[in-house]
Amino acid sequence: MFEAILLTVMTAATPLVIAAMGELVAERSGVLNLGVEGMMIMGAVCAFATAHMTGSPYLGVLAGIGGGALFSLLFGFLTLTLVTNQVATGLALTILGLGVSGQLGESFVGLAGTKLQPITIPVLSDIPFIGRVLFAQDLIFYLSIALIIGVNWFLFKSRTGLKMRAIGDNHGSAHALGINVVRTRYLAVLFGGACAGLAGAQLSLVYTPQWVENMSAGRGWIALALVVFASWRPWRILAGGYLFGAVTIGQLHAQAFGVGIPSQFLSALPYAATIVVLVIISHNRRTTLINTPASLGKPFVPDR
Amino acid sequence: MKKLIIALAASAAVLGGMSGAAQAQEKTKVCFIYVGPKTDGGWTQAHDIGRMALEKAMGDKIETAFLENVPEGPDAERAIERMARSNCAMIYTTSFGFMDATMKVAAKFPKVKFEHATGFKSADNVATYNARFYEGRYIQGQIAAKMSKKGLAGYIASFPIPEVVMGINAFELGAKSVNPDFKIKVVWANTWADPGKEADAAKALVDQGVDILTQHTDTTAPIQVAAERGIMAFGQASDMIAAGPKTQLTAIVDTWGPYYIKRTKAALDGSWKSEQIWDGLKDGILTMAPYTNMPDDVKAMAEETEAKIKSGELHPFTGPINKQDGSEWLKAGEKSDDKTLLGMNFYVEGVDDKLPK
Amino acid sequence: MRIELERRARASTAFAAISPLLALVLTLFFGGLMFWLMGKDPVATLHTFFIEPLFDVWSLHELVIKAAPLILIAVGLAICFRSNNWNIGAEGQFTMGAITGSILPVLMPEWHSPLLLPAMLIMGILGGALYAGVPALLKTRFNTNEILTSLMLVYIAQLFLDWLVRGPWRDPQGYNFPKTISFAPEAILPELLDSGRAHWAAVFAIVAAVALWFMMRFMLKGFEVSVLGQAERAGRFAGFSSKKMVWFALMLSGGLAGLAGISEVSGSIGHLQPSISPGYGFTAIIVAFLGRLNPIGIIASGLVLALTYLGGEAAQLSIGISDKVSRVFQGLLLFFVLSCDTLILYRIRLVFSGNKTEAGA
Repeated sequence: MFEAILLTVMTAATPLVIAAMGELVAERSGVLNLGVEGMMIMGAVCAFATAHMTGSPYLGVLAGIGGGALFSLLFGFLTLTLVTNQVATGLALTILGLGVSGQLGESFVGLAGTKLQPITIPVLSDIPFIGRVLFAQDLIFYLSIALIIGVNWFLFKSRTGLKMRAIGDNHGSAHALGINVVRTRYLAVLFGGACAGLAGAQLSLVYTPQWVENMSAGRGWIALALVVFASWRPWRILAGGYLFGAVTIGQLHAQAFGVGIPSQFLSALPYAATIVVLVIISHNRRTTLINTPASLGKPFVPDR
Repeated sequence: MKKLIIALAASAAVLGGMSGAAQAQEKTKVCFIYVGPKTDGGWTQAHDIGRMALEKAMGDKIETAFLENVPEGPDAERAIERMARSNCAMIYTTSFGFMDATMKVAAKFPKVKFEHATGFKSADNVATYNARFYEGRYIQGQIAAKMSKKGLAGYIASFPIPEVVMGINAFELGAKSVNPDFKIKVVWANTWADPGKEADAAKALVDQGVDILTQHTDTTAPIQVAAERGIMAFGQASDMIAAGPKTQLTAIVDTWGPYYIKRTKAALDGSWKSEQIWDGLKDGILTMAPYTNMPDDVKAMAEETEAKIKSGELHPFTGPINKQDGSEWLKAGEKSDDKTLLGMNFYVEGVDDKLPK
Repeated sequence: MRIELERRARASTAFAAISPLLALVLTLFFGGLMFWLMGKDPVATLHTFFIEPLFDVWSLHELVIKAAPLILIAVGLAICFRSNNWNIGAEGQFTMGAITGSILPVLMPEWHSPLLLPAMLIMGILGGALYAGVPALLKTRFNTNEILTSLMLVYIAQLFLDWLVRGPWRDPQGYNFPKTISFAPEAILPELLDSGRAHWAAVFAIVAAVALWFMMRFMLKGFEVSVLGQAERAGRFAGFSSKKMVWFALMLSGGLAGLAGISEVSGSIGHLQPSISPGYGFTAIIVAFLGRLNPIGIIASGLVLALTYLGGEAAQLSIGISDKVSRVFQGLLLFFVLSCDTLILYRIRLVFSGNKTEAGA
C-alpha cells in the first residue's frame, strides 16, 4: 500500500515540479510570470488534442510543450519588448489562456484520452521497491527529474546560467557588462512556457487522460507558490512539490480512514503548510536574500 | 443573415427601451442558465442535451438560448433577469445555487415561467423539478454487493448536501439488501469537477482496499483510475462507458429532455402551473445505462429491481432502517417521506464515514 | 525587423490620453475580426458588447453593481502596489470581510437595530484588514514574501467560509443546503434608487477612490507611499518606516477588500453561501493596473471591465457567442490596454536591418 500511495503522490507532484522549474528559470532571470495557470491549460489542451488526432501521446507531449512556449511568447512580447507590468500581464495571460483553451477544446470534451504509457527501464526496474517506483514511470516523470538536474547544473555550473543569474540580480550592471538582457529573458520566459506546457501535457495525458475545461484547477498557482517556497533552488522544488503532493494525497487517505476532521480543514492543510515552511525558510534572512533575484518583476529597457 | 436581423432587432429593442414582450414574436423563447460549461461531461452537459432534445422536438415553435458558466451569486440574478428582459417566456435555472436569484427575478416578472432544478422554494410562476437519483443508486448498491469480493465500496462524494447524502444512503441500503455486512468508505473531494482531485480520491480509496468505486462528481477520472487498477465502477450523470469499456457496470444517466419537452408544451398550451416535481425512473427523468461487465444473474437482479422501483413495488427507503449510530429511523414496512429525504443529513448504518457537519 | 523602445524625456501627456482610445480601436478591430471569422456579424456583436448595456437603466444599475467591488478593492491595491507591497490575496480578504461582517446578522438574527448595518460594515472592514495583517506580520517579522502568503490565505479563507456555511452557520430550516439564514431587512445594504438594485457599495467605492486620490495627491502619507515604493532607502533617510508602511498598505487594501466583501453579501446576496465572489479580488488587480494605479483612473477601468462582463453575457444570449470567446475578447482588451500604455513612457521604433524608421511618433 505504501508503494501505491507513493506512486499517487508522484503523479500529483510531477506537474507541480515541472511547471515550478520553468517558472524558477524565468524568475531567476528576473521575470515574474503569473500566467503559469494559463500556459499550463494551453499545454493540456494542445497535448490532448494532438494525441487524440494523431493517436500518439508522444506527439501530444511535444504539442503541449510547443503550445505552452508559444503562448508564453505573447507574455514575453508584452513584458519584455513593450515593458508592460508583469503582474497584470501574467494575470491577463491566465484569463486569455482559460478562454482560448476552452474554445479550442470544445470538441474534445468527453473523448477517451490516449494515456502516455510507462517506460520500464530494464535491470534497474528489477530492484525491489525502488525499481518499480523510480524506474517504471512515464516519460514525463523522467523528464521532471532530468529537468531538475539540468536546471541545477545550468544555473550554478554553466556560464550562461551565471549570466542569467546576473541579469536576475541586477539587469543594469549585467547590461553594462555586455550581456543581452532582453534576449536572455525571452529564452527564460520561453523555457518557462515550455515547462508549463509540459506540465499541462502531464495532466491531460498521464494524470487524467481526458480534456475538461479548467482542468488545471489552480495547479499553476501552486507551482508559483512552490518557486518561492523553494527559495529559487531547484532541488527544493522537488522536495516542496512532493511535500505538497503528499499532503494532498494524505488528506484523502485520512478521510478514507475515517478521521473525523472536516474535509475543508484537511484541504486547507497544504496551503497552511506552505505558509509555515515559507516562514521557517525566510526567517533566515541571509539565505533568502542570496537566492532572491533582486530585479524580479522590474521592467528593463536598455539605454542607448 | 437571419441571425443578424434577430440580433439587430434585439439591440434595437433594447435601445428603444422596450424590455417586456413588446415585439410580435411567433417563436417562444425558452432559456437555460448553467452553472458550469455546457460540455462539462456531467451535470450541465446533461441539461444541455435536454435543451437540444427540446429544440429538436418542438421544431420552429420555440427557440432556445442559454448562458453557461454563471457563478452562483449576484451574477446569477443579473443573468436570469437579463433572460427575462430579453423575451424569454420560460426560464430553466439548472443549479441549486440559483434558487434565491430565481425567486427574486420571478417576483419581478410574473408573466415569465420559471423552473428551478433541485431547489425547495416555489411561487405561482416558479416550479421546481428534480430527479429521484437515489433510485438508481439503490440499484448500483445491489450490483456492487454482488460484484465486490471484499464487501467494501469506495464513494467519491462532492459536497455534503442532502442530495449526495441521500445517494450514499441509498447505495448502502441497496448493497445491504444483498450483503448485510456491506460497508462504504467515503472521500469528500469538495469539488464537482476537478479530474485530478477525483482521480486522487479514487486512488486513495483503491489503496485502502475498496474493490468497487462509485462517484458523485462529474468527470470520468475515477472510472479511468478504476480501469487502470482493474476494479469495477459506476458512471455518473451520463453514460461513461467510453472511459471504461470493461469497467463501467452501469451509470445513472440524467435525461432531462422528456421533462423539458413536457413542461414547455404545457407552457405553450396554457396548462402549465407551478408544481414541485420529483420524478423517478418510471418517468424516464433518469435512466440506467446498459448493465455491462457483469454476470447474467446480477444483470437479471438489477433489471428486476429497476422494474420493481418503476412499478412502485419497491421504495429504497423502506424500513426497518437504522441510523449510523444504531438508533431506529424507520420501522419495518415504514417508508420515508420526501421531506426527510430532501433534507437528509444523517447516514444509515454501515457507512464508514463521519458526515461532515 | 525588430522593435526598440526609447524612453521619453518625460511622460507624454498626449499619449496618456490617446493610449486608451488606441487600445479600444485595436480591440474593436481584432475583436471584430475574431467574431467575423466565427461567422458572426462583427458590428452587431460589438454593439451588443459595448453599446447595448449602456442604453438601459436596468443594465446601468447592473454595471454599477459589478464595478463597485472591483473599484473598491482596486483602489486599495493601487496604494498597496505603489508602496511596493504586493498583496495579491484580496480575494481572501474579501471573503474574510464577508464572514466577519456576517457574524451579527447570522448569530444574532433577533437584533433589529439601525446600528446593525454600520456595525456589520465596520466588522467587515476589520476582518479584511486583520486578515491582510497576517501577511503584513509575516513580512515585517519574518521577512516572508507577501505575494505568496497572501495568495495561500485566499484558499484558506474560501475553505473556512465553505466549512462555516455547510457546518455551524448553516440555516437550520434550509434543508441542509449550504447557506446561512437570510439576513434581516435591517442587515441589508439599501438600494440607492428605485429604478434598479444598485446599492451603497457604489457610493463606498467612489468615496474611497476620491479619498485615496486626495491622499496621494495632497497628503504627506501619499508622499510617503510614493517615496517608500520607489526608493526605500531614500524613504528611510527621510524618516519613513518601511515596516509601518507594510502594515498600512496591507491593512488599507485588506480593509477595503473586506468592505467590498460585506457590501456584496449584504447588498447583493442577502446571505452567506460557499461562493460569494466570481474572482473579484484577482480581477481587481488587473483593474488597478488598467487604471494605472491611479484611484480616479480605476473608477474608469472598473467600469470598463464590468462592461465586458455584461456585454459578454448579452452577446452569449442574443448572438450565441460562447463565454469562452467573451473571455478571449476580455484578454485581448487587457493586452491592448497594457501595451498601448507603453507609448506614454516610451517611443517605439521599428528597426529594419540598419536604418531606423520611426513608427510610434
